[in-house]
Amino acid sequence: MKTLPSVDAVIVGGGWTGLLMAKELGLRSGLSVLVLERGKHRESADYPGTMDELDYSVRLSMMQDLSWETVTVRHDSSQRAVPMRQYGSFLPGTGVGGAGEHWNGISPRFVPDCFQLYSQTVEKYGIKRLPADHSIQDWGITYDEMEPYYARAEAMLGISGKAGNIKGRKVVGGNLFEGWRSAEYPTPPTKIPYFSVLFGDAAKELGYHPYPNPAANLSQPYTNPDGISRSACLYCGFCERFGCMVGAKAQPTNTLLPLIHGRKNISIRSGAAVHRVIVDSPSNKTRAQGVTYLDEKGEELFQPAELVFLASWTLNNTRLLLLSQIGDPYDVQSGKGTVGRNLTHQVSFNAATAFFEKPLNRFMGSGAAGVSISDFDADLFDHSELSFLRGGHLVAMSMGSRPIANFGIVPPSMKTSWGSDWKKTAIEYYDRTGSIGFSGEHLAYKSNYMDLDPTYKDHFGDPLLRFTINWGENERSMAEFMTSKAVQIARAMGAMEVSSFQGLKNYDANRYQYTHIQGGTIMGSSPEHSVVSPYLQHWQVPNLFILGASTIPQNPSAHPTLTILALTYRTADAIIDRYLKHQSHLE
Amino acid sequence: MRRREFLTLFSTSVGGLLVFTLDRKPFRLFPRSPQSVRIRLRYLTQSEALIVAAAASRIFPSDETGPGAQEAGVAIYIDRQLAGPWGRDRYRYTHEPFLEEAPAEFGYQGKATPRHMYREGLKDLIGFHQMPVSEQDNKLREIQTTSFFSLLRRNTIEGMFCDPVHGGNVDMIGWQLIGYPGPRMSNYADVDKHFGQAFRPKSVSLRETSMNHHIFRPMEDEE
Repeated sequence: MKTLPSVDAVIVGGGWTGLLMAKELGLRSGLSVLVLERGKHRESADYPGTMDELDYSVRLSMMQDLSWETVTVRHDSSQRAVPMRQYGSFLPGTGVGGAGEHWNGISPRFVPDCFQLYSQTVEKYGIKRLPADHSIQDWGITYDEMEPYYARAEAMLGISGKAGNIKGRKVVGGNLFEGWRSAEYPTPPTKIPYFSVLFGDAAKELGYHPYPNPAANLSQPYTNPDGISRSACLYCGFCERFGCMVGAKAQPTNTLLPLIHGRKNISIRSGAAVHRVIVDSPSNKTRAQGVTYLDEKGEELFQPAELVFLASWTLNNTRLLLLSQIGDPYDVQSGKGTVGRNLTHQVSFNAATAFFEKPLNRFMGSGAAGVSISDFDADLFDHSELSFLRGGHLVAMSMGSRPIANFGIVPPSMKTSWGSDWKKTAIEYYDRTGSIGFSGEHLAYKSNYMDLDPTYKDHFGDPLLRFTINWGENERSMAEFMTSKAVQIARAMGAMEVSSFQGLKNYDANRYQYTHIQGGTIMGSSPEHSVVSPYLQHWQVPNLFILGASTIPQNPSAHPTLTILALTYRTADAIIDRYLKHQSHLE
Repeated sequence: MRRREFLTLFSTSVGGLLVFTLDRKPFRLFPRSPQSVRIRLRYLTQSEALIVAAAASRIFPSDETGPGAQEAGVAIYIDRQLAGPWGRDRYRYTHEPFLEEAPAEFGYQGKATPRHMYREGLKDLIGFHQMPVSEQDNKLREIQTTSFFSLLRRNTIEGMFCDPVHGGNVDMIGWQLIGYPGPRMSNYADVDKHFGQAFRPKSVSLRETSMNHHIFRPMEDEE
């Protein structure tokens, strides 16, 4: 195997966290940084003229090529897992910019109590209220410690929103339930389309506290602290599953890549599929030497590095540790081992679909435009008399409705799904239908984890990652409660007919439920229960750092991108300010 | 090489429509003059294409609520999709073993590609396009719980509402039917107005939006 010239830092994956780390290290420390991205190169100039629903949103042409690699799925460890043969419950990204290119831009902070989920829940409700097979834990970091990094991430993205809590002072119109923030959002909220306005008005009337979603889709032109200027969103309605045509949605290619281009000490190598992380020796795994990767011709190369970062999303971060035999794989029988544990998704579904008399003009919108309520999020409401813990937010999105995905949603009174009667009703309701969504917490359980599949292989002959995942009674019970709240709001919005969510049964790998998969290489305050420290540093291999949602101990209901960027900033600071001086465990 | 197969469209049956012919040049058919155009099929045989066209027309009929699958060119759309990477499962994970009996929550586990599902499924519909409409509906009701039917239904909706560059939604007829304006670059001035009122700007296709600055190459034309 050919050995390439050594670099100071090699970063596996060129998405949000990988490129942010490359930019921070490269611009602030002068280290030589190499990003290895297995997908194709991308530039923001690629996107004009690509507003095609069929290829991008239905055929999902920006996503990972599943013919090369997918995951296998099962509900419990007694079952035989089968591959997710086509895209389903989540959509793994690929290529430079990763899933950060085709995200929607919804950018909330996590509710403060999420970071001490275990200790705060036990303190308030007692240990007996926790589900018997839970594996929830604290993050080893507090919201107060996160706040400055949240503020930096918001400034970088130019988040458009309305603060609800500035240094403890509640601000009407913002999210009154959010954690304190040091300042107002960088830009004002986006425009709010009609359907979301109807939701906000009805929620307010019912005594809830609606607020505009924080959006990475700019409400007005903005220049961030790095000097990157982006223009305002045009509400074309092509965000999710698309790259932004005008650069209004923050994406790695328009927010980070311009800072990396032209820097001699930072380079991005696309078409480089990292195969293994190489550590000293099988017995003495205390130092990463670099990585091996396969280039586009299929030749395996060794890339030595002083620092190794895994930034290749939840699935691949976990799989690379398992394939490279770094750390102890989680064993469901004994409960020992850490790599692969605490797999969580997010409890998300259309809680109530409302059918209106008036047209909604739903083709206009923006990926994050909409109104939410957090009255039933986290532990912000009392659970003493409820059959579940925790919660989430209800939201009326106006992301721009497209016809292939949305034609044919008809009121429950219409019983057929083809022919003249159906066509007539579907045309009538095409622009008179909207759904109230719910996104809630998925607790971590001992029985939900990732390991290597014994049967199915990827394109290179390596085992696929295997998901063992199902919902618990807590999630099912929470879903039922939230559905009833959503139906109440839908009725108050003036809907003629409302159809409600039919309940969470087994984990459905077929139904899209956001691309927010967490866990596998989780952070925590001790090596017995986590893979990385709160600085995202590997407990056993201190020159190995892991970035992204694989480090989140359990899902905290809100969308995770802003949080993983904040965590990446925190790790970059710790490395630049301290690790480079004393190469040891960061405390 | 297989024999060249064509689908013939007559102007009297389709109206003043813009049809994308094989060489990707738009071609307009005028109903008053007795014209016809022969469109070369990429995957389906002529008799299969006629069955697909007839079945799609019962799923999404041309009736008093407006034009349907026939006018939108759904059969041409489906033929192109089957010929392209989607039709042959280019991007699907197809390693063995195929455990087709796995619970439905894990998604389609079969080995059959969309091409194969059409070719097999259409064998049950031989002569369909020559049947009276009521018999056609009965025939579809017999198969409406099959995976082939749900694929055909899904593809019919796609062919009604895709950008015309894919061969369906000819002349944006599907978009006009539901008041969808297509990929408009900007709704900035309108997104927070027209509350409760139908705002229906003229439909534009990708070709018009990008004013030919960016040539969009649809996936089905991939080599």
